[in-house]
Amino acid sequence: MEISKVNVIDMYETMLKIRKFETTAMNYFAEGKIPGFVHLYIGEEAVATGVCANLNNDDYITSTHRGHGHIVAKGGDLKFMMAELFGKVTGYGKGKGGSMHIADATKGILGANGIVGAGHNISVGAGLSAQYRGTKQVCVCFFGDASTNQGTFHESLNMASVWKLPVVFVCENNLYGISVSQSRHQAIKDVSDRAAAYNMPGITVDGNDVFAVSEAAKEAIKRAREGKGPTLIECKTYRQRGHFEGDPGAYKPAAEQEAWLKKDPIPRMEKFILENNIVDENELKCLQADVDKQIEAAVEFANNSSYPPLESVVEDVYSDMKEEVRVR
Amino acid sequence: MNMTFLEAIREAMRIELKKNENVYLLGEDVGAFGGCFGVTAGLFAEFGDKRVRDTPISEGAIVGCAIGSAATGLRPVAELMFNDFATVAMDMIVNQAAKMRYMVGGKINLPLVIRMPLGAGVQAAAQHSQSLEAWFTHVPGLKVVYPTTPEDALGLLMTSIEDDNPVIFLEHKLLYEIKAEIPENIMPIPLGVAKVRREGTDVTVIATGKMVYEALDAAEKLSKEGISVEVIDPRTLYPLDKKAIFESVAKTNKVLVATEENKRGGYGGEISAMIAEECFDSLDAPIVRIGALNTPIPFSQCLESFVIPNSQDIVNGVKTLF
Repeated sequence: MEISKVNVIDMYETMLKIRKFETTAMNYFAEGKIPGFVHLYIGEEAVATGVCANLNNDDYITSTHRGHGHIVAKGGDLKFMMAELFGKVTGYGKGKGGSMHIADATKGILGANGIVGAGHNISVGAGLSAQYRGTKQVCVCFFGDASTNQGTFHESLNMASVWKLPVVFVCENNLYGISVSQSRHQAIKDVSDRAAAYNMPGITVDGNDVFAVSEAAKEAIKRAREGKGPTLIECKTYRQRGHFEGDPGAYKPAAEQEAWLKKDPIPRMEKFILENNIVDENELKCLQADVDKQIEAAVEFANNSSYPPLESVVEDVYSDMKEEVRVR
Repeated sequence: MNMTFLEAIREAMRIELKKNENVYLLGEDVGAFGGCFGVTAGLFAEFGDKRVRDTPISEGAIVGCAIGSAATGLRPVAELMFNDFATVAMDMIVNQAAKMRYMVGGKINLPLVIRMPLGAGVQAAAQHSQSLEAWFTHVPGLKVVYPTTPEDALGLLMTSIEDDNPVIFLEHKLLYEIKAEIPENIMPIPLGVAKVRREGTDVTVIATGKMVYEALDAAEKLSKEGISVEVIDPRTLYPLDKKAIFESVAKTNKVLVATEENKRGGYGGEISAMIAEECFDSLDAPIVRIGALNTPIPFSQCLESFVIPNSQDIVNGVKTLF
């Protein structure tokens, strides 16, 4: 496959941005600065990065509760993301959504989602919209292995297939639905097998190999843009953290965790970059320092932002009217 | 022009389909078949399969598809065959459509309508006859429209399709064949404006859906006994025209609320509570609530009509106020 130096560095930077965003969120959550639920994408960065490297700004994605990585890869602004995690008014959702509900319509990000499997159905609508308006846009639907047991998976793959919609279904098979391993939640090994039921191509790739993901996504996205319909891509990957922060992940065997840590997509990419002389170690360090700065700036922005004014709580429910503020 | 309630709904969709090319219809059998009740009949032939789209039997995906397409520039009008089937799509309606705008800080609009027939009276039994309006009025982020005349069905559906928010549009199936004269060049009717169906001075009856007709019938009977009944039809359940209701209560000082839903937890209870909280000083008597018995809707006609309230129940209820 042809991958230019620029592409490699761009993808590495995106993966690193996601990793550092997530470790920063992890630390601030531990400190109590980030409230609520936080589901981290650490270990799965190659999937969002490899897929979104093939998307245009006006293409769509739907995401999940574990959505930070998808949003960063699709061009989400780190400052507005971090501010939202902190519950600040400058955040993407003005502090009303939090970690699980970040969206940026100007970048085609139709929202992370707190309901497992909900993005499937919404992605079909975005795909239909692109087809209806006669654009070449596509919608990528990201989801986990466990969500393929929801009815929405069946409904949406069926609908996208029968209408030949420009939707690419990307399963991040991270081996667990919360605490239940894939072998205990479905009787198949490869989620891509399910594509056969919808007469669409199904492919399984190494989800920790950003090049393999990118190659599969490129083909599927091309197919979608050409009006040939949806594809199901399964990316085998691993959730290095617990389901949410605070879950120690005791259900994950130590040997399994260890084996997957060796396949961590980021050191793997660094090795590739250095071995192929794409940039040297110094340049790599500069790039890492630059990403650090971006994350620090995002944290500073979040820290310096205000919490939302209480009266804003009744705004944004409807486009044209406000709920009543009642004194309880 | 003279048209039925059903034809009025179809006409509203025809007008909006013509007006805006981003308006499209989707639902089970809404295409050449014309919809389970025939509401979309002829629209497929007129506008084609892109604008009038048959879907698989997948209520969740129908509403999800409406959401995704509304968020990206289209104005879908989805039909769910019965409001009972909305339960299959409840995540999409409650967690997605109603909340998306709020969660993302108001930066995404969802101009979508979900039409659904509701109500009992055709011996369709427990899974095809419910009145589930309170499930929707309970959820912030949804507008809930419940017309009762052909003119209102036309004007309110036009407004609903032109609205930038998710609208649940309820159609009582026993009203489909009601016929009335509709003015030419009808304009969209704003949401949140109630209609006084009959003016009166002694008691206010607030009724929704088919109960409006039962209330009018009751008012006629009661007028012969010297009781003057004012009948108010909210037309939209949310936004609700509280002002019209409160003004009437201030005039009559007596209230009966009649809805077809199971009485327990119904929207009639919400209206009653609102009056009790905000107009207590106007009341000369306790509020009377009329609703269906708290059972599933039974099949056999004698049982079904026993469960569903009627004009005699309203007459009896009003009399307890004097």
